[in-house]
Amino acid sequence: MAQVYGNDFGTPDQQPGRPQMPPGPADLDPETFVELLADEDRVEPRDDMPAAYRKTLVRQIAQHAHSEIIGMQPEGNWISRAPSLKRKAILMAKVQDEAGHGLYLYSAAETLGVDRADLIDQLHSGRQKYSSIFNYPTLTWADVGAIGWLVDGAAITNQVPLCRCSYGPYSRAMVRVCKEESFHQRQGFEILWTLSHGSPAQRAMAQDAVDRYWWPSLMMFGPPDDDSPNSAQSMAWGIKRFSNDDLRQRFVDMTVPQSEALGLTLPDPEIRWNDERGHYDFGTIDFTELFEVVKGNGPCNAERMAHKVKAHEDGAWVREAAAAYAAKHAVAEGAA
Amino acid sequence: MEYVLGLADDALVTAQRMGWWISRAPELEEDVALANIGLDQLGQARSLLQHAGALEGDGRTEDDLAYWRDDRDFRCVHLVERPQTDFGVAMARLLILSAYQNELYAALLGSTDGVLSGVAGKAVKEVAYHLDHAHHWVVRLGDGTPESHARMQAALDAEWPFVEELFTPADPALVASGVAADPTALRGAVLDRIAKVVAEATLTLPEVAPRLGGGREGRHTEQLGYLLAEMQHLARSHPGARW
Ligand SMILES: [Fe+2]
Ligand SMILES: [Fe+2]
Repeated sequence: MAQVYGNDFGTPDQQPGRPQMPPGPADLDPETFVELLADEDRVEPRDDMPAAYRKTLVRQIAQHAHSEIIGMQPEGNWISRAPSLKRKAILMAKVQDEAGHGLYLYSAAETLGVDRADLIDQLHSGRQKYSSIFNYPTLTWADVGAIGWLVDGAAITNQVPLCRCSYGPYSRAMVRVCKEESFHQRQGFEILWTLSHGSPAQRAMAQDAVDRYWWPSLMMFGPPDDDSPNSAQSMAWGIKRFSNDDLRQRFVDMTVPQSEALGLTLPDPEIRWNDERGHYDFGTIDFTELFEVVKGNGPCNAERMAHKVKAHEDGAWVREAAAAYAAKHAVAEGAA
Repeated sequence: MEYVLGLADDALVTAQRMGWWISRAPELEEDVALANIGLDQLGQARSLLQHAGALEGDGRTEDDLAYWRDDRDFRCVHLVERPQTDFGVAMARLLILSAYQNELYAALLGSTDGVLSGVAGKAVKEVAYHLDHAHHWVVRLGDGTPESHARMQAALDAEWPFVEELFTPADPALVASGVAADPTALRGAVLDRIAKVVAEATLTLPEVAPRLGGGREGRHTEQLGYLLAEMQHLARSHPGARW
């Protein structure tokens, strides 16, 4: 089980043996497939692929898409209160980008023979998950900065390798997404930089946000490698290129110098450069919190789902009207 | 300056109301579209507020004007002030507002105020898209299911009393000098445009008496105070701060 979007994390009712996906054009046997991958490096929608590969991909892409969509909420929470019109515009555009990411990803999933409405149903009924990081509240404006800097930063770390993942439509979606995520990360950094160079109250706001978002951001990479059963298979299939711990280390190495540039302290006294390893050491992550959030006991799990389900239900009459209109006018045109 | 503030505040308050929809729209494509519309309106508001500040000549910035004026100093119309948490209401209002802004900015292309005509040149293309979008939805909802027809008609009925305020006469001196577009002169074309969409949507134009407005003189709905309280709270909690 891993937690970053763009990372595969299973739930009990999605383990092998519960069919929920149509079989592909042909269920290629896994060994031939791995050999083919070594030659070809890219699988396209019409290619043969093992059923389990297809299933893993659908689950991962759907969960990634859901994360983009649920991720609109914590930051959307500050659109109405953004402290300047320029920040308001940047934030609206950012949250809009996340909706766009969701769209690309649902389309990528649809190339595997599932449909968006179905995936969204699975999200609403709790059968599919989204990244746990979005179950934390955005309490102050600085949280918008911390999410951009740390959460989008962690997402980029995880997603840049996915630009070369074995499934063509997913990798191409990732190329577009990553470009925008790096803007988001820079914007988040800039929000925090402005705050940390502002009044004492602004500075305190920035430090508080980093204190609250640092550990949850590290948990976005999922459990340690020796506790991550799905990873090996995903690596063999080219869906995952680096292990959870490697990605986490990469993120820490990128982020520590940036925190120094910001003049903010990361809430881990054990962070220090290790010359021998050529990496930053950091403290032990307490994963019990992550598991609580995954189980549904995070600060905002219930609110995020309620918000999403309500928007969907409130919009039902609109979608029905659009479908009825289209059907009516298709008939009218056919008759003409 | 008052005239420019009127245009700016209509756009700013509309952007603020549109922002609410992002993550709450009936489908994902609509989250993207409503965010686009909100961003366009916000962009128009910023250019117009900067211009209003320059006309005033006291060095007030767009943020000074957006965050540090009280509601009695806002110049928006009542149409844009009220919450719009029903999609039908949002689309009825967008249809009315964008039909008006479309004529308004087209007329302002010829404004003798070079900044205004510049803003209008960009805005006229943006609001044409907003009008298109509202048209698309009002027709689909009006001519969709019996439920959507009823809801769309109810939404139109609810918004209709606020239409006339859009045509409140502007300062005659500004109209005479060619700075302002005469709102009363826009009325025919705006209502015509709306009527065509309403007919195509199989809806009926409401016959209701217009409400007394007063927004252009700073007499607003009660709801504007709440909108501003939310929008301005953080900025006002940190006087002098940069963000
Ligand atoms: Fe994203
Ligand atoms: Fe992002």
